[in-house]
Parts: sequence; C-alpha cells; structure tokens
Amino acid sequence: MKTTRSMVLVSSDPESLDRGALDVFSLLQKQITKFGLEEEIALSMITDISKHAMSPLVLVYPDAVIYGPVTTDDVPRIVEEHLYKGRVVEEKQISAYDLSGRVAWLSSRKGTMPAENRIVLKNVGLIDPENIEESIINEGYEALGTVLKEMTPDETIKVIKDSGLRGRGGAGFPTGLKWQFVKGAKGNKKYVICNADESEPGTFKDRLVLEGDPHGIIEAMLIAAYAVGADEGYVYIRGEYGLAISRMQKAIQQARDYNLLGENIFGTDFSFDIHIHAGAGAYICGEETALIESIEGNRGEPRPRPPYPTTAGLWQKPTLVNNVETLANIPAIIRNGAAWYKNIGTPSSPGTKVYTVLGNVNVTGLIEVPMGITLREVISIYAKGMKDGATFKLAQTGGSSGSIIPASLQDTPMDFDSYTKAGVSLGSGALLICNEDICVVDLAKVLLNFFRFESCGKCNPCRIGNKRAHETLVNISEGVGTLQDLKDLQMMSEQLYEMSNCGLGQTAGSPLKDILAHFRAEVEAHIKLKVCPAGVCPMSGQRIYKTI
Amino acid sequence: MATEVKEGQDIRKLVRTLVQNHGDEKAELIPILHEINRELGYISDEAIKELSKRMNLPSSHIYSVATFYRMLSTEPRGRHVIQFCESAPCHVTGGRLVWQKLQRELGLPKGETSQDNKWTLLTTSCLGLCGVGPVMVIDNDIYGNVTPEQVPGILKNYE
Repeated sequence: MKTTRSMVLVSSDPESLDRGALDVFSLLQKQITKFGLEEEIALSMITDISKHAMSPLVLVYPDAVIYGPVTTDDVPRIVEEHLYKGRVVEEKQISAYDLSGRVAWLSSRKGTMPAENRIVLKNVGLIDPENIEESIINEGYEALGTVLKEMTPDETIKVIKDSGLRGRGGAGFPTGLKWQFVKGAKGNKKYVICNADESEPGTFKDRLVLEGDPHGIIEAMLIAAYAVGADEGYVYIRGEYGLAISRMQKAIQQARDYNLLGENIFGTDFSFDIHIHAGAGAYICGEETALIESIEGNRGEPRPRPPYPTTAGLWQKPTLVNNVETLANIPAIIRNGAAWYKNIGTPSSPGTKVYTVLGNVNVTGLIEVPMGITLREVISIYAKGMKDGATFKLAQTGGSSGSIIPASLQDTPMDFDSYTKAGVSLGSGALLICNEDICVVDLAKVLLNFFRFESCGKCNPCRIGNKRAHETLVNISEGVGTLQDLKDLQMMSEQLYEMSNCGLGQTAGSPLKDILAHFRAEVEAHIKLKVCPAGVCPMSGQRIYKTI
Repeated sequence: MATEVKEGQDIRKLVRTLVQNHGDEKAELIPILHEINRELGYISDEAIKELSKRMNLPSSHIYSVATFYRMLSTEPRGRHVIQFCESAPCHVTGGRLVWQKLQRELGLPKGETSQDNKWTLLTTSCLGLCGVGPVMVIDNDIYGNVTPEQVPGILKNYE
C-alpha cells in the first residue's frame, strides 16, 4: 500500500466545472507526476462544496488550506511551492469560513482528514479513558451540570427533540420522541439502558466509543435518566468486548467516587446508578426487547410488541433503550444547542454518522462524517481508493441487516431518507466495500448463513425462512439452481419482511431482494449458463440440499 | 481455558460460592453461567442441577439459557478453542481460503474437538475486529490479517 502524506481535492460543482475545474484537475495530475509526488499525494474531485465567487477551489490536506479561485496558471506554483516545498501560497489562500455546500465546514480542523467532524469520537484517542480527570478537563460532565442546575426534564427533552437526533442503532427513530414517551409513561420506577450489544457484522464503532470515552456514555445516560425520570441504568455490553467491559467498570467506579453516580448528584435530589450486564454471545440481543429478556436472565428472544419498552420494558417498567452512538451525541447537543446540531448533516438527518470502512480498499477503519456524504466520497477520500486500483462493484451497509448498494447508487447521499427513497438502508454504519472479485451469490450466502445461525428460533418465518433461503443459495452456487428458485427467494424475502416478529427477521431477507433487484443477470448466469462470473462459487453440479 | 476435570463435589462448591457472591435473583443467571463456563471450560449437567437447586429455577430453564448463547457451552471443549470469524467482512478479505487451510491443517470439521483433546474448531459471528480481517481467536489471543500461509506457524504456538 502507498503511504499518502497529503490529499488534494478539487471542487467539481457545476460552477467550478464551468470555470475550468477539469483543466485544473488534469494539470494538477501532470504537475504532481512531474515532481514525482504521485505516490505520496492523492488527488480527487469533490462535489457539493463551493464558494461561489471563488470557484474552482483546491483544498490541500492535512494542512486544511483552501485555494481559490484557481486557474491553470496557478497550478504549477501550488504544486511546486506547497506540495513539493511545503510552503503555503498565501496570496491564493482563502478562508474556510462562508463556504457553502453540504460539507462546507470541511476544512475547519487542521490535522484531520477532510470532512471529518468529530462529535461522537471527539475525545476518542485523545484522552486517557481510564482517567476521569482527563474527561472532565475535556468538557466531560459539563453538560450534566448544565442540565441538573439550569434545565427542567421537559426543557432537556425539548433540546433533544429540536436537534432532530435520530437513533443510530439502525432504525433511525427520533430520539427526543422516545425520551418523551418514557417520561410520559406511568410508573415511579423507570430504567435507562445503553445498548452496547454491537454485533452487526462489520460494525465496531460502539466498541471504540466505549473503549475510548466511557465517561461520555455515563454522562449521556445520566442526562437521559434525569430527563425521563429514571434512577437505575444498565449498560448491556456484548461479552466479546473484554476491554470495553473493563474500561466501563473502571469509569463507573470513578464516577461513583466523584459522586457523579449515586445519591444526590451535584447536590440536587437526582440519584442514578449504572450496572453493567455482559452479553454471552447472541446477535439477537441487540434487539431491544431481546436485550431486556437477556438482562432478566432469560433466552434472548424478542417480545411481541406492543407494548413497547417505553411503557413496559425491563421488569415491565418503562424503559429507555438507546444505542451507544446515539447517547454519545447527547452531551455535545446540550453544550452547543439544538440549532448547532441541526446545522450539521442533512435537514432530515442532522448530525454526523460514524462508519466503519472495510473491505477491498486501501485504508480501513473508523470515520465520523456528516450525514449525507456519498459512498463515492467515502471510497475516494477516506478509504483512499480501491485496493490495487480494482473496480468498485458493491457495498454492503450496516452489517447484515443493511443493504447491498450497487455502483449505480454510489452518488446517493447517505442519510436515512435518501436511502429509504432509493429502496436501500443505511443499517448500523458498516461500509463493506467490495471489488469485482466478489460474487453476489456467495456474499448473499454468507449473509444468510449468519441469519440462519443467529435466528433465535422463536418465530417460524425467520427460523425456517433463513434456513430455506440459505439452502436455495447454496444450490445456486453449486450450479443446480432453477429459475423457480429466484421466484422463491423473492417470496421468502417478502415473507420474512412481512411476517417476522422482530427487526432481525424483517431485515434478513434484504440481501435477497437486493441481489435480485440489482444483480439479477449475475445470479441468472449461475442458473442458465452454470457459470459463476466472478469465479468464486464451487459450481460442482451437485445438489447439496433437496428442494421441498 | 480451564483444563482439569473437576469432581462433582468441587462443582457443587463452585456453584454454591457463585450463588452466594451474586445472589440468587434470576437476573444473575447469565453472569453466573459465564463464570462456571470460565472455571470448568463448559457448563456440566452437575453444575446445572446444583444451580437449579440454589437459584430455585427449573433445570430446563437453565439448560435453555446455557444453550442459547454462543459463549456458553454445555459440551466439554479441547485445551485450545479456535474461533474463526465467518461473517461477511472477513469472508470478502480472503477468509474463505484461511478457513479451508485451517480445516486441512487440523483435520477437523467445523464444531468438532480433536481426539487428543487439543483443539476445538469453531466458527463465530462477527467479533467486531473487522478492520483487520480475516480474524481468528485462539483462546484469548487475537490474530488479524491472517493469510493461509500463516496458519501452520500460528498453530505451532500452542501446546
């Protein structure tokens, strides 16, 4: 892999293109090659950023320097002075402020990669997570103080509602509304649960938040508890996350020592304490009612709904269940206000989203970017392109309950509503990026195998449907599938969606739906031509499973 | 991993101590099962019977919980447990070939324990280490970016 030390972006909104952005781009490319810098400098076009009078723009990272308006005459100087010698060409430099466009604020922070805006991950990697004082120096528990001293529970809920924050666990339910439901529910005893049973394949954002900033989560749970009127909380962490569990235990103990957990917090009459419940390895426990069953000491089988946990959750008491990433946004929203938060991301999905970038790309890892960035931008900017210059074929979002996104949708903004409109889903924030060596039948087989294994078995559509769908895919991958199989897969996907009891079963069929909608020709090649175009499937001609 | 087989008396004592420490509320069942699993390497019938008595829960309930969760086992396992991630992120980054190599090296199919009791070969769902896939975990050691060529060398580290 090349080590890229710098990244250069050229604006490519219609106005910039009109003013010669393409010429600037190709000259930049030539000049970078001339100085022998092509190995260390990545060059890319970026849409949706402009400064009308100053287009086209050239942005240089990680220095976060913006040049504009850039003509081909300026390019040699920028390359020689800035990229080669490391001296900023000051007379062409413009301010990062008053840029317009979705990712407008993108260059405000020096030293980060472009467009990273860290709210959830603000402290992660910068502070010692095992030292509460470092958290407090970095604004930790400040929002809690504000809430307890200056705000009523109703005012707190109103700020969260106004911010437009939506649940980051996958479903995108408005967080403020959920809080209001729990506050309004009858009963003296209420619970707040932090859902850290992160088991979607390809997702590990919650682990890094818990490992890197556990006090941020404790603070958010305290704020939530104050708002809804709860006095007891649980953090349900999946059992495999040993380090996250021990860091959280330490953080809870420290918070108790500082009287940030316990009786009469901040000298008020608000009291709250948190317990940790370690999971024992079951994907389904990420579903909130299954999680509650598991805390109660049962098999993690989802409950029928209604009643929703907001009215009858843990031990039948009103319970607020929020995902780690959702909670991690709370303190920042209280500190900076709802209006600030609404300004980030898109109008219907404000804020940032943490993605885990994976698969056949040059750089994998965690990024936090505003809602509404596109897949193409993620691949070219953060993942630094496809590995070995391969062609992008598809991306799988949000673990197994996400969608399979074909290349044709890579310019669709990634936010809840735009994705729903395109018939796909954002899922939990994994972006598994695949090149053309990946076979869609094989990929769907792996995904369905996961569901078959992780289905809790309580309801028939999910228990039988996933098994049957997996068998059908195995037969297709062995070269003995029939066209009837495709109809069956379509039907199974629909029935899983309509008839399953919980979110797991309902979304399990989406890979089937996606491969039939976007990659039908490739699936049919397995059946009609007995050929796997990617050369992955065994195609032995032997029927592994009998059809019913 | 626990290796020595404990006598019935020891198992009963262990369960009693655990119930004393955790309390006998139903919510403590999974934490207690976790600890039994860690101490014995698996959850034996003996342990379930004793737990049933001490926590006043039907054995059927305890058994149903113990078999539901992947991290708990009701079968004895080998001295070293290999968990290989079979989820999509590890699969697309070359996991398929590593898995084939692993099975060949050990001569074991999925889910089985070797005759000499040295290895248990399991597949697992995502472990949340997808940035460095393919991933396998042996006992508590995590191996990332595994290639088929590395497999024999990794296995040699275990006695």
